[in-house]
Amino acid sequence: MHPAFSVIFLTTLIGAGQGLFLALFTGQVHALANFLPTQGAAFYAVGSLLALLLLAAGLIASFFHLGRPLRAWRAPARWHASWLSREVVILPVAMGLIAAYGLAHALGFTTPFFTLGNWLRVDPSLVLGLAATLAVFALFVCTAMVYAGVPFLAEWRSPLTVANFTLFGLSSGFLLASAYAAYSGNALVAVYGVWGVIFTLMALVTRWSSLYRNDHLKPKSTVQTAIGVRHQTVVQKAQGATGGSFNTREFFHGRSPATLRLVRLGFLVLVFPVPLLLLAAAYLIGSATLPIIAFGAQFIGLLAERWYFFADARHPQNLYYQSVA
Amino acid sequence: MTQLALVIDLNVCVGCHACVTSCKQWNTSGWAGPLVDENPYDADPTGTFFNRVQTFEVGTFPDTETVHFPKSCLHCEEPPCVQVCPTGASYKRADNGVVLVDYDKCIGCKYCSWACPYGAREVDEQQRVMKKCTLCIDRITDLTLPERERRPACVLACPASARLFGDVHDPDSEVSIAIRERGGYQLLPECGTHPANHYLPRRKTRIYIDPEELLRADNPLHKEDLTTYQGEETLDDVTW
Repeated sequence: MHPAFSVIFLTTLIGAGQGLFLALFTGQVHALANFLPTQGAAFYAVGSLLALLLLAAGLIASFFHLGRPLRAWRAPARWHASWLSREVVILPVAMGLIAAYGLAHALGFTTPFFTLGNWLRVDPSLVLGLAATLAVFALFVCTAMVYAGVPFLAEWRSPLTVANFTLFGLSSGFLLASAYAAYSGNALVAVYGVWGVIFTLMALVTRWSSLYRNDHLKPKSTVQTAIGVRHQTVVQKAQGATGGSFNTREFFHGRSPATLRLVRLGFLVLVFPVPLLLLAAAYLIGSATLPIIAFGAQFIGLLAERWYFFADARHPQNLYYQSVA
Repeated sequence: MTQLALVIDLNVCVGCHACVTSCKQWNTSGWAGPLVDENPYDADPTGTFFNRVQTFEVGTFPDTETVHFPKSCLHCEEPPCVQVCPTGASYKRADNGVVLVDYDKCIGCKYCSWACPYGAREVDEQQRVMKKCTLCIDRITDLTLPERERRPACVLACPASARLFGDVHDPDSEVSIAIRERGGYQLLPECGTHPANHYLPRRKTRIYIDPEELLRADNPLHKEDLTTYQGEETLDDVTW
């Protein structure tokens, strides 16, 4: 497939935003249970704003994918059938709930409704945070299913796609939370950093599995089934037009195998070992800037990862355009 | 229920592209049009077509066959493009099974083209909406036309009658009989889309090629000459 930068930015930006929100809310819940020090309202409010900005940036990026962006309001119409529709519905819901969560902290709506078991103070921010968490996980599933739900793209059609989108979102979000905590001189750097490392390692397992799976996929469709001629040797001689077409532009990445290998190596290095080493170094020397660099490096790696995700997928329609491939 | 479809006889198609040009002409000036053509007379021309004829070579020289292969939207009975469309712009007509795009609702997200394994959908780069074969819905449903003209433009244009058109759900229709009697098949059956369009296979033919027929004995340039000469007198030395 041809990697579209609008979609690459959409999926990586909202992933980081979602992960950042989950990190903030995890911090709040742990603080309620006295596992972690309680933070001031500003930490949650500014953090939520940051998550919201990332989601908004992703939303704006997504419009560049549309031929007719002014008609985007029609996109939620088929939420009962299309994963893309579902994503379009759940994204603003998640944004609204994260905004409400941030506002609840900023405006001090933290008077408990009631207290559960002597320690869990249920206040508006907790309820909103819980609702936003559900929306964020639903958004992870919808975004990934847009790709994992395409019936004939074997490289995408796997539960690993959902796992990867979710874990990469969590990993980059927790690294961003760690960077944010480091920037605001907060003690949570280490906690977020450790979770960031755990999610990064989990993502390494699932992404490596999907790479292994894709490298060993045997295509179900061949040129023989595509045109229905049962002969061992079928070669395409003409594609029906002398020039290019939508089909030759949309379904081919047009890069050399060497470039692909380079991007693959690049994202494997930038997403996994580099942030881990930077975080370890930050922990050892107590640096406040290294966690920020770690997030930046991983995010660039994630852009490359998403590019490769698209380039790696071989669409069956290419069987009809072999003279281009 | 009616399911209109094309049945294409690969045994007859000679790859003349008459269906391609008549399709383009009819649809660019009709309900679906205009169908953009960019740089038509320059380098790298590109454009939107509903129907393309591709050419495949089967076998290895000298035992080869050329298969001209026309392909348009197959109007699947289980259209994956309709399933994934977020706006409902892609739809399948309940009365005759034709899969269509409502150009006023399409947002140009290209998701349906990803979901189509056949590559039958093409974005119109000027109108920025998804376009595809309509089976000439404006012709086949136009009751003011005489009945023999209520057929897609490609079917009317085919000089060899390689294209049949009709209801594949009606067991007595011309297309159903052709599919039944001549082993009509569907493309990419493993995808489970149940395309309504069918193809009629090429008849098996056998020829024997004598290796000597492949060489011209009096070839002055020895271009096709496969034999190794050891300086002996050849036909070229003795003929004029």
